Amino acid sequence: MLDTMRTLFLTFLHAFRHRVTIQYPEEKPYLPPRYRGRIILSRDPDGEERCVSCNLCAVACPVDCISLQKAEVEGRWYPEYFRINFSRCIFCGFCEEACPTYAIQLTPDFEMGEYVRQTLVYEKEDLLISGTGKYPDYSFYRVAGVRIAGKDWGESEHERPPVDLRTLLP
Amino acid sequence: MTSIHIDGRTCPTRPDINLLQACLEAGASLPYFCWHPELGSVGACRQCAVRQFSGADDKTGRIVMACMTPVTDGTIVSIDDAEAREFREGVIEWMMVNHPHDCPVCEEGSECHLQDMTVMTGHNTRRYRFTKRTHRSQDLGPFVKHEMNRCIACYRCVRFYRDYAGGDDLAAFASHDNVYFGRAADGTLENAFSGNLVEICPTGVFTDKPFSGAYSRKWDMRGAPSVCVHCAVGCNTIVNARQETVRRVLNRYNGEVNRYVLCDRGRFGHGFVNAASRIRTPLRRINGQLVPVSTQDAMAQFSRMAARGPVVGIASSRASLESCFSLRVLVGADRFSTGQSRQEQDCAELGLSLLRTHPGLIPALHDMESADAVLVLGEDVSATAPRLGLSLRQSVRQASFRAADAAKVPRWMDAAVRTLGSECSSALFIATPAPTDLDSIAQETFHAAPDDIARLGFAIAHRIDPAAPAVSDLVESQAALADRIAMALVAAKKPLVVSGMQYGSPALMRAAAGIAAALATKTPVAALSLVFPDCNSMGLAMVGGLSLDAVLEKAEAGEIATLVILENDLSRHLDPAVLAKLTEAVPGIVIIDHTMTPLCETACLVLPAAPFTECSGTIVSQEGRAQRYFPVVFPSAPIQSGWRWVQALGQHIIVEDEAASAEIRATGLTDWRRMDDVTLALARDIPVLAAAVGAAPGADYRLEEQRPRNEPHRASGRTVIRSHISVRDQPPPASPDTPFSNSMEGAYGPDMPAALVPYFRTPAWNSVQSLSRFQQEIGGAMRGGDPGVRLFADLSSDQQDNRQPLYSYSLDIPAAFRPQSDKVLLLPEGRLFGSEELSLHSPPVAARSAAPALGLPAGDVPPGRVTLHLNGGVHDLPVQEIAGLPEGIALCPPHMVSRAFVFPCQASLSTADGKGKRT
Amino acid sequence: MRQPPFLAIILTPLLILGLATLLTWVERRLLGLWQDRYGPNRVGPGGMLQAVADGIKMLFKQDWIPPFADKGVFVLAPAIGMMTVLLSFAVIPATSLRSIAGNLNVGLLFILAMMGLGVYAVVLAGWASNSKYALLGGMRAAAQMISYEVFMGLSLMGVVMITGSFSLYDIVAAQSGLWFIVPQCLGFIVFLLAGIAETHRLPFDLPEGENELGAGFHTEYSGMKFGMFFLAEYAGIVLVSALVTTLYLGGWLGPFLPAAVWFVLKTGTLVAFFILLRAALPRPRYDQLMTLGWKVLLPLSLLNIAATGTILMLRAPE
Repeated sequence: MLDTMRTLFLTFLHAFRHRVTIQYPEEKPYLPPRYRGRIILSRDPDGEERCVSCNLCAVACPVDCISLQKAEVEGRWYPEYFRINFSRCIFCGFCEEACPTYAIQLTPDFEMGEYVRQTLVYEKEDLLISGTGKYPDYSFYRVAGVRIAGKDWGESEHERPPVDLRTLLP
Repeated sequence: MTSIHIDGRTCPTRPDINLLQACLEAGASLPYFCWHPELGSVGACRQCAVRQFSGADDKTGRIVMACMTPVTDGTIVSIDDAEAREFREGVIEWMMVNHPHDCPVCEEGSECHLQDMTVMTGHNTRRYRFTKRTHRSQDLGPFVKHEMNRCIACYRCVRFYRDYAGGDDLAAFASHDNVYFGRAADGTLENAFSGNLVEICPTGVFTDKPFSGAYSRKWDMRGAPSVCVHCAVGCNTIVNARQETVRRVLNRYNGEVNRYVLCDRGRFGHGFVNAASRIRTPLRRINGQLVPVSTQDAMAQFSRMAARGPVVGIASSRASLESCFSLRVLVGADRFSTGQSRQEQDCAELGLSLLRTHPGLIPALHDMESADAVLVLGEDVSATAPRLGLSLRQSVRQASFRAADAAKVPRWMDAAVRTLGSECSSALFIATPAPTDLDSIAQETFHAAPDDIARLGFAIAHRIDPAAPAVSDLVESQAALADRIAMALVAAKKPLVVSGMQYGSPALMRAAAGIAAALATKTPVAALSLVFPDCNSMGLAMVGGLSLDAVLEKAEAGEIATLVILENDLSRHLDPAVLAKLTEAVPGIVIIDHTMTPLCETACLVLPAAPFTECSGTIVSQEGRAQRYFPVVFPSAPIQSGWRWVQALGQHIIVEDEAASAEIRATGLTDWRRMDDVTLALARDIPVLAAAVGAAPGADYRLEEQRPRNEPHRASGRTVIRSHISVRDQPPPASPDTPFSNSMEGAYGPDMPAALVPYFRTPAWNSVQSLSRFQQEIGGAMRGGDPGVRLFADLSSDQQDNRQPLYSYSLDIPAAFRPQSDKVLLLPEGRLFGSEELSLHSPPVAARSAAPALGLPAGDVPPGRVTLHLNGGVHDLPVQEIAGLPEGIALCPPHMVSRAFVFPCQASLSTADGKGKRT
Repeated sequence: MRQPPFLAIILTPLLILGLATLLTWVERRLLGLWQDRYGPNRVGPGGMLQAVADGIKMLFKQDWIPPFADKGVFVLAPAIGMMTVLLSFAVIPATSLRSIAGNLNVGLLFILAMMGLGVYAVVLAGWASNSKYALLGGMRAAAQMISYEVFMGLSLMGVVMITGSFSLYDIVAAQSGLWFIVPQCLGFIVFLLAGIAETHRLPFDLPEGENELGAGFHTEYSGMKFGMFFLAEYAGIVLVSALVTTLYLGGWLGPFLPAAVWFVLKTGTLVAFFILLRAALPRPRYDQLMTLGWKVLLPLSLLNIAATGTILMLRAPE
């Protein structure tokens, strides 16, 4: 009984406390860099698209709101189109988790409200930024052992030059 | 009953298989790489280690390679054993040491056996910190992409390519850590089955190059069980599509027919469905030009045309049974043509009647693989029916299997059996005008004119069964050859005779049937196989109809006002002059087709039909197997399947004509609502095709009370894939012609009917290796029964007793061929790429089709180019010397030089300087 | 016979409804206050029009009746709930002037009767919805409300015994010396708890119990039919508060200020107390609720009657 009265009293005292609500949009809250907001596609340190259109983000997406098509230039894969339907996106960040190249990243921007739902469909041009995002140094193609323009077989990180098949040495 | 104990679980199994296969059949998950049900075991990858115990008292046991250990009754093994697990994980770790870690940009990703096995063994952290060994990859031509760094050295590729498919331009090079699988130098893989490397390779070394250009992950693609339309063999395929475009064709296992292998024409020839040559709207000729019009306008035009007089229909050997039948219903049987020239039609009808009256077996492809003596009589099967040729190649191994059995070596012990087999003699005899790919494994070959080959055939029949007519004045060498072949065939347990209509010679087929019938007096399993030209030639022969020559007669008599031509390019069947006569005699030509053909130039109306990837249909293969294909893409409004167009035509005849209206209504044509209705009507109307209804489950079929799904359960992008058009979600496409849900929702499982399997996947097995879970026993029939129904099977059971009298030996023996001085006998040189109509619209196949050349006997070749004078025109061609080609014969790829190839074809040649040739 | 006060008959329900609507906003603001946040503060001055916005939303929602429901009863249930609460107000004396029903000599009994009828709204709603959550909610409500009606009635006996009348005017008038909260503190506590349970407010809102029952008896309700339950609940709060004021806190009596203001002040404080209860206390288990009723409140109210009776008898002039 006393406990109950004490609870009531303590709760009542909260009427005189500071209120934690931030009066958005008059006040802007601080969002940490890893806040899961609007999705972007980043570029690698050389300024090339990081996305290699592996489709892992699309398959990880629980609401199936990512779609893309692979294209290729001299061994380098990139998305021919990359489309996110933000009217379906739930900002779970699974796509970022799934991305093997740090291409897809979620940003602290969440102010995406629109009056027309169709405008929430973002194409690659809308998603691609000019920077590297949260991972300034990573480049998938420097690590993976595939040949692209400007990098031949055996020139990736941790690779020996190609084997000479015709040598008689052991 | 044999049984083995796996981790304390007793599993029934069968003898004569290895432990790995037994474990997989028991449902256990045991990683492996180098073993393949069709290639046997070589123990190269060391991945399938298990612990085997010698008895109940043995507590230690020993690690063995399951794929190299035979099953014996009561074998006790442990897959779960800690040391065996560690061993397998270690093996994977070694394999991954040099792996390039490029899965995101690897076409194999999502259906990679190496990925599956890595997950299965539990290897997930890379410990190796040193540098990786690398290789240079090669350009292997338009079909296959090579990325050697992904290799795990399982040797499957060379074992398939060299040992199984008989190729010689892919090999293993270098040694130890450096071993390399590729060609001696960059260049196109020559073998007709190179595309199978894509599925054989457990990782991404060999990937599908055309598919890479329109790449999509396996989990994203809708699959449709389909049937290859590029030859008469009827291989089962899976067509994959995403975003309403066809992406690739994969092999679909049918234990009786194609099993694990598909030829390159079938795998890469599908490009015509996406090609620019597709017809996508109705076209109407206005002021001499074909102009896109609305369907309404086109139908109104047809109503006017139909009002002018009788309508005659021309079907096609590449259209489905349903489309052909609907046309026959529309125009009536007496105005229905099969769309073949009289000569082609005679051949097809003769082939059908020979097969029907044949007293022995009509083998499926898999049966041919176990034939122990084979005679190929006048057909280059490796060009006209490539998959059949591959089956014949396997049949040669029967002798080595016998030797292995005698040596008590299990048949799956591949390296040992092949070593033994190198000593064994082949029992394959080939008699063709020109050399074929199979010559290298034949015991004897015989190159002569078709008539001479037929004479040899009749002589063999006479040697086997004296009741058969004798051939007079046979050359002594040929008589001796006939003796040897006859002896080999009679000695065989399962003899097989293969012929066909490539050379348009009824005598050849009669001779082949004669040999098979003669053999049938010795053994009931004597088999006869006849190769038909097109995917539904057999079905069309069963439907029957007028020949094109009969249509021409009608046309010239003014009895045709409108000609409805269904999926048929008549210019491939008629000489240009004859075709011109026909088109001039007919005022109105309506063409229903999916691809622009030269014939469309003569049409008043062109209607866009759906190709095999966009509609359902049933076709009958050359072994009389009715099989159904299902749509994977659902085309928008004007494009619809052939029979729906025919139905629409019927509805518009009704509008105009009261009398015809009643007639058409009586046929029920206008009441069909879905394809099953057409198939049922067809079965009622044509008794011989009655069983075709059972080719696949109908549209009402439900699995576990749901529609079967044809997209993988994790297909992505459902809410976005078409949101650039409209952000509103759309329901999945619906079709009344298939039982599928056309979405990722629905039933799916290893026990589903094999005719409906849209893709192969089971939990933890994402690659095509999951197929083994869909089979009753690995390499055997599918769990849901092998797809398709044999139409001949019914005949044999009905007429088992009174069958013998049906066949009577033909007495029509041709005279020996005599080379003429002023003319050559021009014979078609079947080509894997180029001869077939539709596949040539596929860019990779077009890239592989070589420019036509004129083949002339060796030693008789003038330098430079030669001018060929055909009755259809004059052609300037390069010359190719062909060793073994008999005198007086020239070879020319059909449909590539002159569009039509009309038998018998006599031509004259002249050299560039104008002098007449042929001395 | 005097003319019925038509104006009052029309105005009072409207006032009560308006008050209930406003109360939804007041509650949310107060909850916000006690939970260190703001609550609705955007629509209108201080967010006051939030209730109007909600009302508009509710009015414009589709008036949907589930196809599996018992249609007639389904529609009837919220009407019963609304009706009983509104009718109860007829006898509440806000000031010394007469209420709608005049000085009804059985005013208290009338209110008890109306509260008894209110059970039907909840039970029928649960039953007619034909859905398992609604039915469970309805059953809980029936058991809870019938049980607590017993203690409510018993706890009032003290007041009635002292006053010797069921008329609420007489009861208020009897408190001019000392509010009944002092002599009847036991009765006050029991009545207050029973009142919360009767209006199934938090912490005794087990019939709704959203974490286990969805929304309890009104799971299947939407649109204005749900709105009627909603408003009836808030009107019920006002009713119980007004009743407590009348019975124990001296009604409109008070110095300096006009009578109506005193009445509103007292009632308002009680309403705020109701809301504080919601902000502070967790919901007990159902068996705890019943245990509290039958094992604590029933003996207490009986004790109260016995004690009051004894004192009255001792003090009674021979």
